[in-house]
Amino acid sequence: MLADKDRIFTNLYGYQPWNLKAAQARGDWDNTKALMERGQDAIIEEIKASGLRGRGGAGFPTGMKWSFMPKESKDGRPSFLVINADESEPGSCKDREIIRHDPHKLIEGALVAGFAMRARAAYIYIRGEYIREAETLFAAVQEAYDAGLIGKNASGSGYDFDVFVHRGAGAYICGEETAMIESLEGKKGQPRLKPPFPAGAGLYGCPTTVNNVESIAVAPTILRRGAAWFSSFGRDNNKGTKLFQISGHVEKPCVVEEAMSIPFSELIEKHCGGIRGGRDNLLAVIPGGSSVPLVPAAEIWDAPMDFDGLRAVGSGLGTAAVIVMDKSTDIVRAISRLSYFYKHESCGQCTPCREGTGWMWRVMERLRTGDAAVEEIDMLQQVTKQVEGHTICALGDAAAWPIQGLIRHFRPELERRIEENVRPEMSEAAE
Amino acid sequence: MADRHIEPDTPELRARWGAFAWSAENAEKAKTIIARYPAGRQRSAVMPLLDLAQRQVGAEENTQGWLPIPVMEYVAKQLDMPIIRVVEVATFYTMYNIAPIGRFHVQVCGTTPCMLRGSDDILAACKARGLHKGHTTDDGVFTLTEVECMGNCASAPMVQINDDNYEDLTAADMTRILDDLAAGKQPKTGTQAPGRHTVEPLGGPTTLTAMVDANHDYRGEW
Repeated sequence: MLADKDRIFTNLYGYQPWNLKAAQARGDWDNTKALMERGQDAIIEEIKASGLRGRGGAGFPTGMKWSFMPKESKDGRPSFLVINADESEPGSCKDREIIRHDPHKLIEGALVAGFAMRARAAYIYIRGEYIREAETLFAAVQEAYDAGLIGKNASGSGYDFDVFVHRGAGAYICGEETAMIESLEGKKGQPRLKPPFPAGAGLYGCPTTVNNVESIAVAPTILRRGAAWFSSFGRDNNKGTKLFQISGHVEKPCVVEEAMSIPFSELIEKHCGGIRGGRDNLLAVIPGGSSVPLVPAAEIWDAPMDFDGLRAVGSGLGTAAVIVMDKSTDIVRAISRLSYFYKHESCGQCTPCREGTGWMWRVMERLRTGDAAVEEIDMLQQVTKQVEGHTICALGDAAAWPIQGLIRHFRPELERRIEENVRPEMSEAAE
Repeated sequence: MADRHIEPDTPELRARWGAFAWSAENAEKAKTIIARYPAGRQRSAVMPLLDLAQRQVGAEENTQGWLPIPVMEYVAKQLDMPIIRVVEVATFYTMYNIAPIGRFHVQVCGTTPCMLRGSDDILAACKARGLHKGHTTDDGVFTLTEVECMGNCASAPMVQINDDNYEDLTAADMTRILDDLAAGKQPKTGTQAPGRHTVEPLGGPTTLTAMVDANHDYRGEW
């Protein structure tokens, strides 16, 4: 188990105040100037060497992403850092804890990362529903300005850097980086075609990097303790520590920082009090937020919780949002509810997703009650394949994968319902 | 989102809201908001300004607030935007209420992580108290909406009512919270589970125990 001294988010549970004074006593903003004096390239090299991969779901190497930004502006355009705090993936609840309990880690990270990529300012895009969390963040940013840590001559480094907070207003799709940029520009959050990539033309047509809250917030600690320290956790290609968020049918759901590659069983038994009703009661797990396929109990139990380990069982780490389902779960309804989520959140730009998400949800609802023909399972599988990969952004893929996972692992259950044509009483949530 | 309908632009609506203008306090806030974006990019401020306008409307009519068309026009004018671009934003993002709403907007999360922890019971408790999805109660106190994941999955099920979250709910908690609000009392926000602080495992954290009682600095152990 990871030792407490090696945890980055020491105030994760908010037992202590979030304010600047308390954060500084915990080690934040400790001579940030010295970190910056190492120079832009050295910071990027250190992050690259640490093996940090993006914590927002895709797992792209963070240091490499920063290195795509232009080293000098040839035409006078400034560069921007956009921090993705639009945490809306069902199961994910880690950025909220960082923002409301350790906001100064994020703000210091914004300065260090923004400096390394030669950005003029950072915009933190926080989801609209995080109302109290945004209040904390606004206040923390003001504290940092008042103390001279950001703004003109930030932390005495001679570098000018602003941090702004922008609140969203309830659209999951704005977690997609180009939709977030559109939204920041005051438009509907509909993803852009790539290329051009944001590092070439992003916010206001300027070079932009979009990073997840956790990726940015861990950067100062990595620089202080060194790449070798961070990469001493986790398997090759899956380095570091990670906030895991365990929800659903465990005895004690929680958010906890652990080493990457921790086995699923250890994560559940050490921190969550085990599966509700015991290990034998486990049915399936969605290990990385709603967008990744579910994994049946037998395959997940010993799987290492990291990018490669979960890919090996046909799923993914995503945001490390672990949704646990025991044998009392109506598994078809659980996935159908996710289909409804994607139908609700489709931005409506691409036809396969706009029409497909609604179509898939309606078929899923019929499969739930068994009011379908067996051939329709194959038809549904085919349609998911026609949505997947045929849209501008990954929301279409994300809507397709949970259904594909259900069909792959629970086809006998779908067929059983059709044969028996069970029609349970319509539940409240489906009215 | 196809089930959202914008409140029609009627002479009555114009008569009520046609003269909308920022309060003195909000005019200052609007200025601060616009200053966050580069010159000439004031359009970026449309989202925060719509939120501010919705809150002012809410304060004026003692509800959670919504956006009548004349109010959207006011924001469009301030930001030098075509009105349709503002309407697009207001209708795209679900947190903008585009039709009148009650004093308390009861937003029960029904997405899978909450569903697994019993959000059906929470919705049933709302129904038993006379709240129906998509409707405002006759006395104008409560509007009930089932919303998508609110990011409180480790303390599910949850409800957001106006600006506050209530987490780790039971049906009895939900009923009590609604009763308290209707009676003008402010219930405890955050987790409702006895003994739980935030999102640590119930019964006490398995990690970082030194942080519970003191602002521990771990650097000495590095």
